[in-house]
Amino acid sequence: MPITKRLTKALKSVALRRGLISLALFFISWELCARFQVPILGAIPAPTEVLASLAHEIVSGYYWRSWGTSLARILTGFVIAQILGVPLGLLLGFSRKAKEIVFPLIEIMRPVPPLAWVPVSVVFWPSAEMSMIFVTFLGAFFTVVLNIVEGIAAIDVRYLRAAASLGSTRRDIFWRVMLPASLPSVLVGMTVGMGITWCVVVAAEMIATNTGLGYLTWRGYVAGEFPLIVVGMLSIGLAGYLSSALIRRIGLHFTPWLSSQ
Amino acid sequence: MSVGIGGRLEARNLAKTYELKSGPREVISDFNLTLEPDTLTVVMGPSGCGKSALINLLAGYEDPTGGEIYLDGKRVQGPGPDRLVVFQETALFPWLTTFENVAYGPKIRKELKGANLERTVLDLLKLVGLEEFRDKYPSQLSGGMQRRAELARALINQPQATLLDEPFRGLDALTRSLMRDYYLDLFEKRKGTHLFVTAELDEGLTLADSLVIVTNRPATVKKILKVDLPRPRVEAIRAEKEYLALKAEALELLHEEAIKSFKAGGLNSADFVGAYAALA
Repeated sequence: MPITKRLTKALKSVALRRGLISLALFFISWELCARFQVPILGAIPAPTEVLASLAHEIVSGYYWRSWGTSLARILTGFVIAQILGVPLGLLLGFSRKAKEIVFPLIEIMRPVPPLAWVPVSVVFWPSAEMSMIFVTFLGAFFTVVLNIVEGIAAIDVRYLRAAASLGSTRRDIFWRVMLPASLPSVLVGMTVGMGITWCVVVAAEMIATNTGLGYLTWRGYVAGEFPLIVVGMLSIGLAGYLSSALIRRIGLHFTPWLSSQ
Repeated sequence: MSVGIGGRLEARNLAKTYELKSGPREVISDFNLTLEPDTLTVVMGPSGCGKSALINLLAGYEDPTGGEIYLDGKRVQGPGPDRLVVFQETALFPWLTTFENVAYGPKIRKELKGANLERTVLDLLKLVGLEEFRDKYPSQLSGGMQRRAELARALINQPQATLLDEPFRGLDALTRSLMRDYYLDLFEKRKGTHLFVTAELDEGLTLADSLVIVTNRPATVKKILKVDLPRPRVEAIRAEKEYLALKAEALELLHEEAIKSFKAGGLNSADFVGAYAALA
């Protein structure tokens, strides 16, 4: 369907109108709370103030540099996590021996939340940048490994048997059955992992550095520029949403059989 | 598409005992059966009597704890394209299109490629009425179409033996009878040695050259009924005297075993499913 047609169709939909009504109500009551200084709620800057602050930030180099810094951290940590995690997950899923050796180690490390690693990685890594990328990496790494291992374990044994009967070698079974069969779980792992990386990087930036969107938000608090806090929050939300959407988009491209019902 | 590709598949003194936490469980014992080349043998027995286990042994997915399997006099172990299985429900690869699923076997064994492979696959898809669905994924096919695609995926390999484990289970009655006619037509045209497990007596009798009644667990051959009805078979044979006599005899035998299965605890089939899940 062409994009314009899709857009008009979406605009006409009842669901969209209902959604817009709830959003409008939210912003109006938010604005009123701020204007009339409703106790507690009134402390939050009004949407109009936030918009003014956003307009101010959007033209500043600092705001976009914060985006760039956070994105670079996310991307580096996330990509390294995939480069190491996907093959490791596949190996653990495919080889029982490898799983028996490595899995207990992973099971010990996994329950430790990535943020609990911040102090030790600040001590361990030579630069704050590296320690931040490291915790970001941790956030995505375990999620992707575990999702692949579970994905492979959940492969219907009939697929493996059918493949064996049809004359597949071990290599065929790996490349032509296990890999495509576990691809949906790999993608779920990546999407969830991406969400975790944003949580981690934002918190780490508040604690351990003075750059990035997390710090931008924190600076708003420290400097008493409350509208900036909200701008930071919204920016982080948007960034997280966009990165997850991107992964889903790429995922659909590689798993055409899931979207064609 | 040669006629007469079937091999002779023999089970000699086949036995299978699972070692479970609750102790050993004998599922198949002293099982002797010869599938003559280019015949269709139907296996029936009480639910949970070990029919699926039998298929798993013949296909080589599990090793027997006793006895051997021979194909044309040669002992076979492990799975191979000479004995193909058509699974319960369907085991088409969801990530491959209909065409790719059917082409899988000859392609990975490098027996056919390029235009040759394409032509063979398309011929077979035409035969099962799926040529227009060649680029659809299994999830886009109806239940009946999936079964036909799965039959095609097995048959393209010209297996010496085809093992069908309740292949039409889960289909609605109308689709099921259509699929039976489809399959019957396919078998009568192409032949091959077929073992067909079913729980439906009419389905079994309509298809079979011989009907094997299997005892309650541990499964062993109780009786083999020869079904000497003319082929091609049509629905009308169900009204014939010979058919009705066979049906009465088979019902009697099946009933005896079902009673035994019931007396043995009634949980029989559920037990077996549990035992199997523990091992899989």
